[in-house]
Amino acid sequence: MSENTYKVPTMAELQAKGEQPEVLFWVGCAGAFDDRYKQVTVAFVKILNKVGVNFAVLGTEENCTGDPARRAGNEFLFQMQAMSNIQTLDMYGIKKIVTACPHCFNTLKNEYPELGGNYEVIHHSTFLQQLIDEGRLKVEGGAFKGKKVTFHDSCYLGRANGVYEAPREVIKALDADLVEMKRCRTKGLCCGAGGAQMFKEPEEGKKDINIERIEEALETEAKVVAVGCPFCMVMMTDGIKNKEKEGEVMVYDLSELILKSM
Amino acid sequence: MSYLPQILFLACLAAAGFFIYRRVNLIKRTILIGKDTGPMGQKGERLKTMLLVAFGQGKMFSKPLVGLMHFIIYAGFLIINIEVLEIILDGILGEHRLFAPLLGSTLYSALINFFEFLAVGVLVVCVVFLARRNVLNLSRFKRWEMKKWPTLDANLILVFEIILMAAFLTMNATDSILQTRDVPHYPPVGAFVFSQFLIPLFDGMGTEALVALERGAWWFHILGILAFAIYVTYSKHLHIALAFPNTYFSNLKPKGHMENMPTITNEVKIALGLMNPNDAPPADTNMTFGAKDINDLTWKQLMDAYSCTECGRCTAQCPASQTGKHLSPRAIMMETRDRLEDVGKELQKGKSVEEALNNGKTLFGDFITKEEIMACTTCNACVEACPVNISPLSIILDVRRFITMEQADTPSSWNAMFGNLENNMAPWKFSPSDRFNWADKLKD
Repeated sequence: MSENTYKVPTMAELQAKGEQPEVLFWVGCAGAFDDRYKQVTVAFVKILNKVGVNFAVLGTEENCTGDPARRAGNEFLFQMQAMSNIQTLDMYGIKKIVTACPHCFNTLKNEYPELGGNYEVIHHSTFLQQLIDEGRLKVEGGAFKGKKVTFHDSCYLGRANGVYEAPREVIKALDADLVEMKRCRTKGLCCGAGGAQMFKEPEEGKKDINIERIEEALETEAKVVAVGCPFCMVMMTDGIKNKEKEGEVMVYDLSELILKSM
Repeated sequence: MSYLPQILFLACLAAAGFFIYRRVNLIKRTILIGKDTGPMGQKGERLKTMLLVAFGQGKMFSKPLVGLMHFIIYAGFLIINIEVLEIILDGILGEHRLFAPLLGSTLYSALINFFEFLAVGVLVVCVVFLARRNVLNLSRFKRWEMKKWPTLDANLILVFEIILMAAFLTMNATDSILQTRDVPHYPPVGAFVFSQFLIPLFDGMGTEALVALERGAWWFHILGILAFAIYVTYSKHLHIALAFPNTYFSNLKPKGHMENMPTITNEVKIALGLMNPNDAPPADTNMTFGAKDINDLTWKQLMDAYSCTECGRCTAQCPASQTGKHLSPRAIMMETRDRLEDVGKELQKGKSVEEALNNGKTLFGDFITKEEIMACTTCNACVEACPVNISPLSIILDVRRFITMEQADTPSSWNAMFGNLENNMAPWKFSPSDRFNWADKLKD
């Protein structure tokens, strides 16, 4: 094992050893398959390794939470996904879940209990903030010290679940200059991908929602647009490309910002 | 002394009461077409929400200046009702300023002065609101769903309120003059803080003409209030009453939560072998998945529609509306209400609920269009913005369920996503066995 080797234990492996992790990291479909968001998954796993969090993943045993099916009106498909996930989670006796996807977070936390799945679920922004507050995660004001960073609120983190401050606390811990867009927190503008819009073309209109949003982000003159959601990541990155600001303005997930400052 | 005015007054009061009762009853019947929600519980939390959001106008102040102006009209409306109570008692008993001797002239004048203060406040704000709607070009008052009746309705309400306040002040001004002329029936309570400035307008008039004007203003004011009360039950202005129950019955769960469909849970459990088919309660074969019409929605969703005052704060925040899509959360509420009114008309003809619903129209299709439903990103901005906790989103999602599960009329890219979820347990076309490949480069 070299120094650069990280551990990514699966629940199956831990169970074979008779161990139980502190927390299950729910990777999500984007975190597992989307090339850009895989980097976020890797960044978060590196942080967990460095901090020494006793975690595990489900690996190939994880299924989609069913969020896009439910939001697209396909309740059968949602419940099929949900039930089979609950069976897996309960089989391993999972108590606590952390995820880097607000859609997975919302579904696991708010919609699984009615189907019999009860877990403590937190979004990785809250998890990172807790690690910082507890002193387990030490951030050196390095890479982003004094730099203008703006945070794009995800609907399923903010309005849907009232998490507004944790991501901001994480950014402040970097000694970055947090600048807000005009529409932020409860008034944050959606990236345009929620409600299964990610998986269809937008309806006819005057403008794409992500363009409207990225224009607002660019107005802040921030060099970094921080996000905490795989769909927002895609939409904001596309917006930056549309405005030909690639290389000039970066879109990063919170865990990537942290990792670069560790 | 003739009892004619008293009899006339009582007749007007009774007629207004009758019309309001009949109308409220019809509204109640149409709301109850909605499905039962089961027990809602959490009474303490509900009361708190109502006091904060409706009584305290908590969410109005997200726009502080407009919030304050709205608060003036609201406080004026609530408090001036004490004066209306006096007017009604005067009318029934043939008295004038019944409360004056009871309270003593100092306290009574102070009270009326306070009412006048509010009346002028209401009047000024109504003028500002009229200007805001008709002179300032605020886009949310000019959208497609606001054409014709909604705009007229809004203007009528404001004009109504201005006229009523003007009548109140005229009544007080002429009253003050009559007091100084020792006319019986007008006990001396002194001139009032604002209406005294109107005195020069009427001072030159003869006593008889003045009495006629005072009585005219008195009758106009009270009949105006009664007419307005009837009008309100036909208007978007119904929010003045429904804001209270509607906030009491607010959704208290996190906004991201979507209502579960327990009938489907049973079928899924049977499919997965988690439930014996014999243990499942018999499925209702007439059941519709999702909402095609108002009887597929809950009574709370229908009350939402009657509680909406078309302010458009939802639409102003909606990402789809802001980027020119044919979706306005306000329109969703207006369309739902239009369908309720449409069914209500049938009920009034004596039809049963079932017959009334079967008038050849449905909520989805004739009132709400597929394009609106498909444009929603479920971002909850509309729900967050609503000052009376209406959820346009819950109706949108229920109609979407109908489109998907009953009509299977979803975009092909969604069908592909459904297929991927079924086969690969991911919305994209990747093999489930590759799900953990992301970790490969970490473990080298």
